[in-house]
Amino acid sequence: MGMQSDLARVRHLGSAKEGTHHWWAQRLTAIALVPLSLWFIWQAISLGGLDWVAYKAWISHPANTLLMVMFVVAVFHHMQLGLQVVVEDYVHGEGAKITLLVLNKLLAVLLGGSCILSILKVAFGG
Amino acid sequence: MATGERPLSPHLQVYRWQITMLLSITHRITGVGLSVGALVLTYWLAAAAYGPGAFERAQSFLNSWFGILLLLGWTFAIFFHLCNGIRHLFWDAGSGFEMSQVRASGWAVIIASVGLTVLVWAIGFGMMGGA
Repeated sequence: MGMQSDLARVRHLGSAKEGTHHWWAQRLTAIALVPLSLWFIWQAISLGGLDWVAYKAWISHPANTLLMVMFVVAVFHHMQLGLQVVVEDYVHGEGAKITLLVLNKLLAVLLGGSCILSILKVAFGG
Repeated sequence: MATGERPLSPHLQVYRWQITMLLSITHRITGVGLSVGALVLTYWLAAAAYGPGAFERAQSFLNSWFGILLLLGWTFAIFFHLCNGIRHLFWDAGSGFEMSQVRASGWAVIIASVGLTVLVWAIGFGMMGGA
């Protein structure tokens, strides 16, 4: 096999020509979501009855701003990867499948972006 | 292509239900359910960005009986998906493949996710009652 490394050999393999990237990204986001989702649940318990002023005070704290943005990024990336597999498993018509895969990816970016903007707007707003 | 005469593998329904297949499909169902939860998380964060009035409406929706029912479902879904996800990560690392281990970790996932859901809501209602 000459000068190729093991990694170079498996890259771009498989029917989607993406090698192990999907699998690996799903695991990485899963590992990130273990502490992040536990943190979010812990925070959400005390956020339940809060009004907007208290929410603003909470989201303005730099640690909360950062962790919420990281949580949202991990959630929507992991969600997109998971829903992609569900579509690939159950939707067999080629047109419907491609449409749903495109929508899945675009909506994940749109909704994740909306969440980040919403977090930052309140955190940095006057 | 003549596909009609090919033998088919037995359909899912002929198998006896086992904890392994129950947890496998529940992992997928909770994942899809949590995607709907991500929509509500987006709505909640966007309402806060829109202003105090919109945020108050979002909070009162989530505190209605229907909102609490949804939150209860998502609490279980997130704990189940989290616990069973950790079970998957152990398999990815190459351990826990014996059938006895697979069943034991499956029961551990069920007990932990129900237990954590009850614990979180006990704390939540305790804080509401105390406030």
